[in-house]
This record gives sequence, structure tokens and C-alpha cells, in this order.
Amino acid sequence: MQWLTGVPDPEIPVLSVVDLGLIRRIGWDGSTCVVTITPTYSGCPAMHEISADITSTLQAHGIEDVRIETQLSPAWTTDWMTPEGHAALKGYGIAPPGEKAINISGITRRATDVVVPCPLCGSNHTRLVSHFGSTSCKALYRCNDCREPFDYFKAH
Amino acid sequence: MDQALFQYLLRMGDTSLILSHRLSELTGHGPALEEDLAMTNVALDLLGQSRLWLTLAGEVEGNSRDEDQLAYLRDAPEFRNYLLAERPNTHYGSVIARQFFFDVWHYFLLKELCSSSDERVAAIAEKSIKEVTYHVRRSSDILVRLGDGTAESHARMQDSVNDAWRFVGELFLDDEITEALAERKVAPLHSQLWPAWLDHVSTTLQESTVALPNPDDAHHRAHRGGVTGRHTEALGYILAEMQHLQRAYPGAVW
Repeated sequence: MQWLTGVPDPEIPVLSVVDLGLIRRIGWDGSTCVVTITPTYSGCPAMHEISADITSTLQAHGIEDVRIETQLSPAWTTDWMTPEGHAALKGYGIAPPGEKAINISGITRRATDVVVPCPLCGSNHTRLVSHFGSTSCKALYRCNDCREPFDYFKAH
Repeated sequence: MDQALFQYLLRMGDTSLILSHRLSELTGHGPALEEDLAMTNVALDLLGQSRLWLTLAGEVEGNSRDEDQLAYLRDAPEFRNYLLAERPNTHYGSVIARQFFFDVWHYFLLKELCSSSDERVAAIAEKSIKEVTYHVRRSSDILVRLGDGTAESHARMQDSVNDAWRFVGELFLDDEITEALAERKVAPLHSQLWPAWLDHVSTTLQESTVALPNPDDAHHRAHRGGVTGRHTEALGYILAEMQHLQRAYPGAVW
């Protein structure tokens, strides 16, 4: 597990796959190391890279046979992100996800009533600019006080 | 082979695939940068979900067809998507009306599928509904903004809602496939999804100041057939573009 903290998310390099909470299990099947991961978003193109990076990192540490298995259920949630991950995101200028994952029990509109503090100046006075940002996992916000735009890692 | 389950998985996978392709056609053509980003991201989510459904469909079929073979090497009559998904993009109001009606249906359907007696189906639904909850909130939000916007956006939104309405009835039809799966508690009867769907849709339309079309008009017999392979001409054009590479260079991979 410690070796995997050196495997970054290809899109957000300050986060490791461990910080993201992707690793479900690491075990052995004979001489093969089996790493079970939970995909973030169904269509996230980074998942392919992540699998390849985990394999090559373990191989660099001398484990030759590596198999990556994916597990859908329980579905990945940003609640599994580590405190280190939250801190790293904030330091990188991305607002970390709110405490609770997206509430799927209702479809009432205006999902944007959560307060997303500005990761740069800390102000709570921010507004949603775009429901989606540069990747599926982010939305675009702007701070009304320091006027800087920033990414928000959506609670999911 | 579990024929009913196989057909149902194709319906789920094909509907997401075809709508994903429609949305991806808007890449670089969105009316605003935010909408461009939203459409491509929703397309990406649906494509990911489609891959999960089609991969499972291939496993259930047991003929070693994978997601790619199912997506790229079937002809239009073999596709099982609902007709709503293949409706063309005209102006942005029609894109939003189509998306809103689909998202609300998708949400209530996945909610039921989360408790499917088939745990593979439940796992895909559990994964997908988180993404779809975000989609439905967003499309509801945009629908209200356009409907309750300017006189021009209101008129266009009303036209789009009226136009897409003909194709929503098919989403709630039951046939021998849904009935067989409902009996085994693999999937819900689609007709049972209608009240919750209509409730959310009419509340949102009311807020958007767009008039709700007559519910009976959603169920015309002429506008159904997608899930049994009877498509509109629009699907052929989608497949011509989507499948071109695999048809021209069989077996090509990245």
C-alpha cells in the first residue's frame, strides 16, 4: 500500500490513488499480486492510466505478476478520500469535496446550494460558474471576494 | 442464454451509447463554453455506463462478443435503444428537452435497478445513479432557465418539449422482456415509473413556465419500436459515423 502512495492521479498529480480512496484490496493469487480498485466515474479516461501506473510501480518494486481487478459495488465516493488528499487538493488550488457525498435520494433541482469555500482566500462567498470543469470530477466556481476562478472537486 | 436479460442489457447499453454519441456531436459546438463542457462530460458518463452494460450483455450472451463488437459491428435493426436517444440535435432547446426527459426517466429506472435481484445489474445501477443524479439536476436547472428566460427562449423551449413529448411514451412501455424480468425482480415494470416521472416533470415544467403537453399524446403507437429494432432514419446516420473506423479497418485498435 505504501508503494501505491507514489502513484499519482494522472489528471491531478498532487493526489495519489491511495488519497483518492480507489484501492479496495491488495492480495495474492499464487505469485500474482491482485490489486482491486473501484473506478471513480464510469467514463473516466484516467482509469486506464491508473491501472497501468499501479502495475508498473509494483513491478519497479520487484513484483513481477500484477493483476488489476475492478469492483463496482459499493460505488466509489469522495467520502473515501483521505484527509491528506483533502489537504493536497486545497494546497493545489482545488476546493476539496464537501463532507457528504452527493445525495441520490432526491432529484430536486438547484443542487448548488452547498457552500464551497474558496481554496485561495477562504471566503464562503463563491458562485458556481459551470456544472462541469476540465474533468468529470470537477465543477468550476468563482470567488466573489478575491475574484479568482477555481475548480471544485465535486462531492460524489 | 438468458435472452430476456441479454435484450434488456442491450436496451440499457444502446440507449446510453446512442445518446452519448448524440451529445458528443456537440463537442466544440455548444452554445456557450459551460454547455460545451457539460454536454461532453455527460456524454462521457453515458459512454462509461454503456461500456458496463454492453460488457455484461456480452457475458450473458456467452458468444464472446465484447463491448466493442456489440457497439461497432451490429446494424441498425439490431440496436435496441429507445427512439428518444436518437432524435437529432437541432437547436439547444431540443437538446435540453431530450436530455431532461431522458435523465428523469434514467434516474427513476436506475433507482429501481439498484435493488435488482441480479447483483451485476445492481452494481452498475449503483455506480451510474450517482452520475445520473447530477445529470438530472443539471438538465432540470437549465430547462427552468431557458423556459423562464426570454420570450424567444421560452417559445423555443415550449416547441422542443412538445416535439420530444411524442417519444417519451416508449420509455414506459412493458413487453414480454420487461415482464419476464420484473417477475424475477431483475428489473421493474417500466409502466410503474410513469407516476414519479410525470410528477417531477410537471413540477419542473411548471417552474419553467412551459406548459405540460397532454400526457395521452406521449403514448402514440407511431412513436415506438426502438427497443425491438424498428428505428427512425436518424440511427443509420449515427451508426455510419460511429462505426466507420471498425467497418473500414476491421479489428483496428489503439
